[in-house]
Amino acid sequence: MPPQIKRLLPLFAAFIGLFLLVRHFLVPESFGEYGFYRGNSLGENAAKLPHYAGKAACAECHDDMAAFLASDVHSGLSCEVCHGPGIDHANYADSIGIDKPKGREFCGLCHSLNPARKKGVVVTVDLSDHNVEYDCIGCHNPHKPTELKEP
Amino acid sequence: MKSRREFLKAAAIAGGSVLVSSMFRPFNAVVFAANEPANPTDIWYGIGIDIAKCIGCGRCANACKSENNVPREPFFFRTWVEQYTIKNDQSVKVESPNGGIDGFTQSVAPEDIFKTFFVPKMCNHCYKSPCVQVCPVGATYDSPEGVVLVDQTHCIGCRYCVQACPYGCRYILPDKGVVDKCTLCYHRITKGLNPACVEVCPTGARMYGNLHDPADPLMKFIKDHNVRVLKPHLNTGSKLYYNELNEEVR
Repeated sequence: MPPQIKRLLPLFAAFIGLFLLVRHFLVPESFGEYGFYRGNSLGENAAKLPHYAGKAACAECHDDMAAFLASDVHSGLSCEVCHGPGIDHANYADSIGIDKPKGREFCGLCHSLNPARKKGVVVTVDLSDHNVEYDCIGCHNPHKPTELKEP
Repeated sequence: MKSRREFLKAAAIAGGSVLVSSMFRPFNAVVFAANEPANPTDIWYGIGIDIAKCIGCGRCANACKSENNVPREPFFFRTWVEQYTIKNDQSVKVESPNGGIDGFTQSVAPEDIFKTFFVPKMCNHCYKSPCVQVCPVGATYDSPEGVVLVDQTHCIGCRYCVQACPYGCRYILPDKGVVDKCTLCYHRITKGLNPACVEVCPTGARMYGNLHDPADPLMKFIKDHNVRVLKPHLNTGSKLYYNELNEEVR
């Protein structure tokens, strides 16, 4: 073996050894378990806590209201569309309430006039013309909107 | 090889036939990602959006922000709704005031409108994600179920993926300086809950499901409608299937 190779070999071995050592400490645990990423990250992403409880959780207590809602055109709606995220209310129903939006603007998010809203999918009204002096829920029960009452 | 001339001739025939045969290889962007990966027993999540049913209420964008603690400023969205208005003069106007959360006001005079519709946008959870390919540290990845996720403890905030995403679905969290994006509510779907946007959609315009299950409602949706994906020419393997997608939508 030529002497220059003999002298370079230990140098190369030292560099490779140093690289492996540094790599050992820098590569995080579980990296490469499933692919080029930290395998534990899957569990960390899955462990985050939900804010929306889901319609089934609402119906556990409010089965009467769920049945009432199912009787009319809003039957496809999840409770939390209007009432907002409800996991805290579901867990601590005694102390934490839930949002009950009232204004005309809120109903208008779906029902205000817009040429992009297709007939047959949603009923739209001109908010600046349709009974402007009342809140929508004065006449329409949001859980059974087709049934009208005196404001 | 007898001569240079014969070698060049053979090389030209070989190269040319590869090129020509590649033109005959069938490619369909809708089928491409749906049938991957090869193991069909695994869960392989896809998303369906029916533009015909979207009423632009923006509840999806609102619920997404509540569910995932997305900053409320109108620069940060994991999902948002755009209103496309194709005018009689053939120009196209795209609006998304605060992602549609506060509702849409009609900004084009009715007589100028040829056609208008809402398009909800979100991460396409691509099978060949450009964002995953460019991440230098392996902080963004495809989960085994086909969900594109971010490892925020490992992200260095270099923004390559923000640049790479052709659908504009990523942003940098202002307080942490790391990237954030739609996770298809991974923390919810692994617990048997719907993603927040699917849960609150009042018209059922959004759905998600397992592309490997022929009985899944999503597969029925894909097979019963003329679904398309966004930017199929980019070969991203998008798994977000739109019904009634207008060709003006980018």
